[in-house]
Amino acid sequence: MTVIMKAKKALTATDVRKIAKLANLVISDSEEKIFTPQLSATLDYVNQLEKADTEHVEATAHVTGLENVFREDVIEPTLSQSEALSNAPQTYNGYIVVKAIFEETE
Amino acid sequence: MTYEPVIGMEIHVELKTKSKMFCGCPAKHFAKEPNTQTCPVCLGLPGALPVPNKKSIEWTIKLGLALGCEIPLFSKFDRKNYFYPDLPKGYQISQYDQPFCVNGSLSGVRIRRVHLEEDTGKLQHTTLDGKRVTLVDFNRSGVPLVEIVTEPDIRSPEQAKEFLKKLYQIIRYLDISDADMEKGSMRLEPNISVRPTGTKALPNYKVEVKNINSFNFVKKAIEFEVDRHIKLLESGETPVQETRGWNEGKGVTVSQRRKEEADDYRYFPEPDIPPARWDSSQIIGIKLQIPELPDQKAARFKKEYQLNDYDTALLTDTKQLADYFEECVKINKIPAKKLVNWIINKKVDIDDVLPATLVKSIIAATAVVAIPDEDLEKTVQTVIAENPKAVEDYKKGKQQAMMFLFGAVLKQLKGAGDKNLIRELLEVKIKS
Amino acid sequence: MNLLTLTIKEARRALQSKEFSAVELVRAYIDRIQTHDSKLGAFLTVDESGALSQAKRADAQIAKGITKKLLGIPVACKDLYSTRAVRTTAGAKIIDTYKPPYNATVVDRYLEAGAILMGKTNEDAWGHGSSGENSDYFPTRNPYDTTHVPGGSSSGSAVAVAAGFSLVGTGTDTGSSIRLPASFCNIVGMKPTYGRVPRYGVISMASSFDTIGHMTRTVYDNALVYEVTAGADPRDATTPQVPVPMYTESLGKSLKGLRAGIPKEYFRSNGIDKGVREVTMTAIGKLESLGMRVEEISLPHTEYAMACYYVLVPSEISSNLSRYDGVRFGATRDTFGAEAKRRIMLGTHALSAGYYDAFYHKAAKVRTLIKQDFEKALEKVDVILAPVSPTPPFKLGEKVNDPLAMYLSDIFVCPVNIAGVPALSVPCGFAGILPIGLQIIGKQFGEQLLYQVASAYENETEWYKKPAIL
Repeated sequence: MTVIMKAKKALTATDVRKIAKLANLVISDSEEKIFTPQLSATLDYVNQLEKADTEHVEATAHVTGLENVFREDVIEPTLSQSEALSNAPQTYNGYIVVKAIFEETE
Repeated sequence: MTYEPVIGMEIHVELKTKSKMFCGCPAKHFAKEPNTQTCPVCLGLPGALPVPNKKSIEWTIKLGLALGCEIPLFSKFDRKNYFYPDLPKGYQISQYDQPFCVNGSLSGVRIRRVHLEEDTGKLQHTTLDGKRVTLVDFNRSGVPLVEIVTEPDIRSPEQAKEFLKKLYQIIRYLDISDADMEKGSMRLEPNISVRPTGTKALPNYKVEVKNINSFNFVKKAIEFEVDRHIKLLESGETPVQETRGWNEGKGVTVSQRRKEEADDYRYFPEPDIPPARWDSSQIIGIKLQIPELPDQKAARFKKEYQLNDYDTALLTDTKQLADYFEECVKINKIPAKKLVNWIINKKVDIDDVLPATLVKSIIAATAVVAIPDEDLEKTVQTVIAENPKAVEDYKKGKQQAMMFLFGAVLKQLKGAGDKNLIRELLEVKIKS
Repeated sequence: MNLLTLTIKEARRALQSKEFSAVELVRAYIDRIQTHDSKLGAFLTVDESGALSQAKRADAQIAKGITKKLLGIPVACKDLYSTRAVRTTAGAKIIDTYKPPYNATVVDRYLEAGAILMGKTNEDAWGHGSSGENSDYFPTRNPYDTTHVPGGSSSGSAVAVAAGFSLVGTGTDTGSSIRLPASFCNIVGMKPTYGRVPRYGVISMASSFDTIGHMTRTVYDNALVYEVTAGADPRDATTPQVPVPMYTESLGKSLKGLRAGIPKEYFRSNGIDKGVREVTMTAIGKLESLGMRVEEISLPHTEYAMACYYVLVPSEISSNLSRYDGVRFGATRDTFGAEAKRRIMLGTHALSAGYYDAFYHKAAKVRTLIKQDFEKALEKVDVILAPVSPTPPFKLGEKVNDPLAMYLSDIFVCPVNIAGVPALSVPCGFAGILPIGLQIIGKQFGEQLLYQVASAYENETEWYKKPAIL
């Protein structure tokens, strides 16, 4: 019940910021102003799912009915290093370079 | 007040399949040139899709069975969503609420689950043109990784170490991973808390320690943490729930990050991979592939070869050694104890010496080297002739003198010859 | 050759009988693109040199007497299809310069069948949209009236076929993205059964909804292309091993005795435009006159379909778009367009702790109910008939500031993706000068029947012979 109550509540600008952070997105103040009512309206609309009677109904994640689709343990050709790096914005000695990730131990 | 540690373990093990978890790139990644073993799938390129490696799933179930787990007949992969530069898709394909194996136990420690996921790429921190940067290599991305999670049933650092050694031994017996901690193919993460002795409830915090690459360091890290927690508790504080790293140089754990809020991984069923459903015959089929495990083997060795606990433990330490021993036994009925002494005390290199070769050299070394009787007699005569003083002493009743003469004969014969016969001959010749 | 009316069937005959060469055909298309595409915005990349060299190869093969299903036939690829060494943007500037090191399986299938890749077509970025206006580059315009939208998200591919820039326009359909632009542009669009055409290498929008289809001028052309693209793929674990029939062989068969269902929930909806309703009812009447038995059916959970869709699809999108982090390719995440950001956030929210049960999990259960609606209905009838869109093509800018209104315009098409069944859009008339399409929905892997019904209808009506005038 508490979950449904929570879902019903309209989104605040703070919620939108929090969601953006979780989604690894940076949104501007103006985007926040536009997105907050837009996302609220959509959530308000999808809240009607609450009314659907889904007791004893299994969730569907796949529509094909397929099960146990596997590959054999066989090695296939790889990309060359230059192909693998061809789209990377920055590389060094065969590595991809990214902004320093804080080294946690010391 | 006295305290008792409450310890659970999470262990990650890279499987040694030929190919990766969801693509055909080679899984063997250690010390390879960076980014030379990737494809659109494990690089997370747009549009690429995962197809699970059958062998890695079979091996996971094999491990689960060896740890006494139930194998649910329905299982699936899920996406664990988080952002990190070593995680190319921005999610890790893992298993959430329906793992391949659940509810096992090992050495009295309950196993909560054994599940399968994919490894991440590798990060290296360095300085380029004066700037701190991180270098990324995706060779390891997508290597099959099994995660074993225990209940918090471990009560001492020693028990943690013993548990891990047993787990390691089983993994090696199953031949599904190198489990090489130095190379990172087995990673150990204890989570530790303490509570007043006699209380039953789980403490309201736990500290996870990462970056530990040996069983001994696990023991030391737990000892360090337990002391630290007790000191904090005694001064009225609760240890902070956090992740810490083990610093072997200083013998301490170091705070890595404090979890301000719980991680929100937004798990949901992996839409690119249909679920798995087993019938019991498939599980039985996998069960049949499990070799005799260390404890069973030890029990059998003791009974079948009349060995003591110590020798049995040494012999069954690895499947290779135990198999080697039994190969030798099959070739020739050398007494088991003698075989053990050779294999263990003389540190036979079992990768180098064929069982048949070993058996031959044991026989050769312990058999009596025959010497023609007349040669023996001649040597005895010579020794008597060369040592008149000793002969006299012996005649006067000095037993020591006989020992000296006996030694002199052995020296000339370089250890060959029947020792009883030599003694007999010396007595006869001196008396005559 | 008149590129505005040319079909694959005619082009194959002309290429075989050397009326024109593949090089001449490709040159003619390139000229036409250069003359007219600035008004329409169908292409993001035209691969002139690549297309010409492929055409030369096709001519050499034709000269040797080699026959292949699509030998020398130009194809315009939606920019979600990975094409080796040819820029692939998904209509999104975050991967503006991305050149895949590999081909999508379906691209390889086109190439193996002899097709010529003309270039990459504009689209709503990532497939997020129903109008073509969400492209990060420029909107695509409807060739029948350039003040109107062509429908999306496979907007550029639909316009490429309708405007005579290509004989095939490839698309993806996650909720509407092939059927809507096909209906808005007076062409035939196939949204396959989920898993019938491999997704490998086609940039994912919502993995459990995405289908890989195509648009052509006629039903025959469409069926022929489907013979090339359909079939299981070891690189896509969601493609069942179902044999691929010769779809063109089902064309021309009588419709006598076939049963068609009309979902009462769709036609009672107040939102249907008067013109659309009239044209659709006339088309249904035509099918009845061809021998079909038409009856009312019920899809009782229709009211929840859009809510279900707009929880599950953004959830999968939020995860699928996580790989765009500027590390291995592309720019950083602040480069995402507004619609992508909205959907990522919506999906992130629906999956997050405390909301998962109320949103994602609840919607996944409702998905089961909607899927069962279709299964039950299709036990009673052979096909379901419905409009594609409740309105004719709308004006550019009309709905851009109201995302929810834009979402709800897909009410007759999205439920099909929730259920994973196939559906075909076939031209069925006009509202003024604006085209309208009829949607024919079938059972999983029942595409043959959809082609049979559509071709019988097309033979009688020949709406495709009313091309756009540029």
